[in-house]
Amino acid sequence: MSWFLILSSVMFFIGVYGFLIRKNLITMLMSIELVLNSVCINFVAFNKILYPDHMEGMFFTIFIIAVAAAEASVAIAIIINIYRRIVNIDVEKMNEMKY
Amino acid sequence: MFLLFSAVIVVFSILTVTSRRILRAATFLLFVLIATAGLYFLLKYNFLAAIQLTLYAGGIVVLIIFSILLTSHIAEKLPVAGLMKKVPAALVALVGAALCILVILQYNFPGSVGAYERVNVRMIGESLLSYGKYGYALPFEVISILLLAAMVGSIILAKKRKD
Repeated sequence: MSWFLILSSVMFFIGVYGFLIRKNLITMLMSIELVLNSVCINFVAFNKILYPDHMEGMFFTIFIIAVAAAEASVAIAIIINIYRRIVNIDVEKMNEMKY
Repeated sequence: MFLLFSAVIVVFSILTVTSRRILRAATFLLFVLIATAGLYFLLKYNFLAAIQLTLYAGGIVVLIIFSILLTSHIAEKLPVAGLMKKVPAALVALVGAALCILVILQYNFPGSVGAYERVNVRMIGESLLSYGKYGYALPFEVISILLLAAMVGSIILAKKRKD
């Protein structure tokens, strides 16, 4: 049990580290995927090891995966739109919301 | 087996956030997601592992790779983050991870309360659509509306504007 939780917390903080050091929008999105994935591992481990006769953790994981898919699609649409306006996807070069 | 999968996950997550080639970072992310599906197989949640493989490893990574190819050159290397940025980020991550691991190691988890019953797709489908106890009809509808809204929203956002 605790091995799963240690693994997922290590993965979570690797994702946080990547989110903090990266400047490119797509790599930041990839770090967020890491964080979401570690949370999924947590839910599944809790479900399987503590309450194997229920299915709550599994449904939460399914919903998290669906939300991650929606979030990735919207984020990539926004990134492509930004790239079309200013030919760059670094966070520091974005200082205008509309023009 | 668990050790193998967790080693793959940790190593490739670190490579994902530190690799300087963006396409390689996406490939390492794919390895991480596949190893996570392997963990689900290890826990005997086959349906969940299949979802993980198809949706995460199949869908999201392909979407990310497409957007990488659309927005940046393959040979281009990402700039290295400055030390002023790296040190606080590493500090935050290390302190947070140490705190979490400390709490996890100190807590005494109780044993499992119920007997394991095999999860099959029929049970999943029935409880996704039932209203009663352990039914997930409302979250299912909410997630459907969210997916529809995300689909419409991303089409509108990425559409070429007629100026």
